[in-house]
Amino acid sequence: MMKSGNLFVKVCLSLILLVIPLLSAVHVENTDAFTAQVIQHGATGEDVIELQSRLQYLGFYNGKIDGVFGWGTYWALRNFQYEFGLKVDGLAGATTKLKLANASQYHEGFVKRNIQKGKKFTHYGGTPLEKQTQKGKAPAKKPTGQDGKAQPKQPKQGKNVPSGYSENDIQLMANAVYGEARGEPYVGQVAVAAVILNRIESTSFPNTISGVIFEPRAFTAVADGQIWLTPNEQAKKAVLDAINGWDPSNGCIYYFNPDTATSGWIWTRSQVTQIGKHIFAK
Amino acid sequence: MIRTILITILAIAVIGTGYWGYKEHQEKNAILINAENNYQRAFHDLNFHIDALEEKIGTTLAMNSRQQISPSLAEVWRLTSEAHNDVGQLPLALLPFNKTEEFLTKIGEFSYRIAIRDLEKDPLSKDEYATLGQLHKNATEIKNELRNVQATVMKENLRWMDVELALATENDPMDNTVINGLKTVDKSVEGYSEVNWGPEMTKISEFEDNKYKALSGKEITKQEAKNLAIKFLKLNKNSKVIVEENGKGSPYEAYRISVNEPKSDSNIYLEMTKKGGHPTWILEDRNVEDAKISLYQGREKAEEFLKKHAMDKMEMSTSDQYENIGIYTYVKKQDDVRIYPQTVTIKVALDNGDIIGYEGMNYLIGEKDRQITTPAISQKEAQGKLNPKLKIMETHQGIIRNDLGEEVQCYEFLATMGNETFRIFINASTGMEEKVKKLDDPNTPVNSM
Repeated sequence: MMKSGNLFVKVCLSLILLVIPLLSAVHVENTDAFTAQVIQHGATGEDVIELQSRLQYLGFYNGKIDGVFGWGTYWALRNFQYEFGLKVDGLAGATTKLKLANASQYHEGFVKRNIQKGKKFTHYGGTPLEKQTQKGKAPAKKPTGQDGKAQPKQPKQGKNVPSGYSENDIQLMANAVYGEARGEPYVGQVAVAAVILNRIESTSFPNTISGVIFEPRAFTAVADGQIWLTPNEQAKKAVLDAINGWDPSNGCIYYFNPDTATSGWIWTRSQVTQIGKHIFAK
Repeated sequence: MIRTILITILAIAVIGTGYWGYKEHQEKNAILINAENNYQRAFHDLNFHIDALEEKIGTTLAMNSRQQISPSLAEVWRLTSEAHNDVGQLPLALLPFNKTEEFLTKIGEFSYRIAIRDLEKDPLSKDEYATLGQLHKNATEIKNELRNVQATVMKENLRWMDVELALATENDPMDNTVINGLKTVDKSVEGYSEVNWGPEMTKISEFEDNKYKALSGKEITKQEAKNLAIKFLKLNKNSKVIVEENGKGSPYEAYRISVNEPKSDSNIYLEMTKKGGHPTWILEDRNVEDAKISLYQGREKAEEFLKKHAMDKMEMSTSDQYENIGIYTYVKKQDDVRIYPQTVTIKVALDNGDIIGYEGMNYLIGEKDRQITTPAISQKEAQGKLNPKLKIMETHQGIIRNDLGEEVQCYEFLATMGNETFRIFINASTGMEEKVKKLDDPNTPVNSM
């Protein structure tokens, strides 16, 4: 029973592998392979996946195909533009895209399937596709719903993260912001995130995100465990804004709720502003 | 009969509850002891590190040769950072112990600066030597005070959990021996403020008050601020606008304006300087739909915005897409030189291309007359200073603020090594490598969920 099942999968796979090149061969003829957008550094999404795949097909791009237009993609694109006698500007505009689409192939199904499964793979021209994907089980299993239906597609594309921070840092900060300031106006949440960052810079506080957040008695949400609630998207956005330079607290390192503050000392700090329920102070 | 059964059942229930309660109590104690031990360790570590710090500064004073002083001061720097870290683990957050922490950080910075300096060329000056002597004296005092606290803690079996409780209830935390002891330490540190840290240190903490005074325009009133905001944001008349003044703690005088725009159900917040009515930052909070325009189109919107507000001599330095939001950083350009201390960040909603955020504080206070000089060394010479393994991809010129907080004119190189990209600044008059930064490539989730 198991064996025949395996056989079935194998046959299916090889059929798919046979068909894909045919499909994409047709695809290549199609000159509007990309959407109409000009793709620039920092962009994310399907067009970037295609751009990276095509650049890799021609051997310009050696990085991971993850759908984030980072520096590696940028240099690859510039090299391509240089070699093909185009204007070297690092922007994938209409002419560049057309040249690229005509010069390369894009095995869309293959690329997307591998990204979806979280497998390691490459997309070089001249090498059979089956040799360019990691054998065996994918490291991350695709989540399937209870009723056997696949859950809403969550493509494992890369994400942009502000320089110097990891996605986990942002997650941790979002947890703290959500625990401390959910229900506050958005600008108040940005200010709380900014206070965490200001404390890292400040000489009288620890120098890391985790050090600041987990400093005993620093945040009530840490003390009572509310930090482990799952943060919403808004909290994450507030953190990103704070990291990207917005500081509605104007450099504060303290904030407190005047109704619940137990420490008299906190009132001696010079106050900058009140946002929602929080007073921000230096 | 029934009575006996009832009694038995009740007896079992009572014993069961008792046992359960005892177990709970034990568990709670175990956790408390665990937490207490963590605090104790941090506290004793702190004492150990301060001891070591005092000793190390003391020995450095007696040293003469460069080969000895540099590593010794590097050690001082490491110890201050360790001690600082220990303080961070104690439940002191709201206890004013921050003078001591600040002092530790400053000792660290001071010793780091000397440790990395070429002492052959630039030996320890008389002043620095005197400062070091002063630091040693202060460190000895701190050490002794802390030792007193430590001795009391051990003699009287004081627990940090009680300190935490005392701080939490806050009725009168002054009664607590530990808190008292630490406050004494902090008091004595307060007296050290006249330590001469040297010119470099003051430059960094120099405050930007005079920069605020240099802003153009006259003082505006609340009403004027409101009108300016309406004009700037192109609001319609039914929007609710609230203008408030910033508190005393704010580094500059400004109005905080919050707007509720009923039509798009969005809240807009902005801050505007009192002097001249310049917006320092704007944040709009609204629901952003799925991206309909590209990052590139968003950039055009951002540039339109800059042009409209007379910030046209700007060049894009970074652009990043966060799903349906584009964030762009622009740096000022003067005679083809990028002025990095003056940047503006713009946030564009990629659903309809609206500007939903602006941050221009640096730009505003960084404004001044700068002289762009012809570099003393050529680009070729500057390139020669780079690591030969780097492959240069782009070259620019830029003014940056270096580690000492001074503005320096540099050659800027974007270069790659393997799959990594670096941004390197070479001082255009001395050829010194001012800054090397590895540019991050996006971070792909390793295993989301």
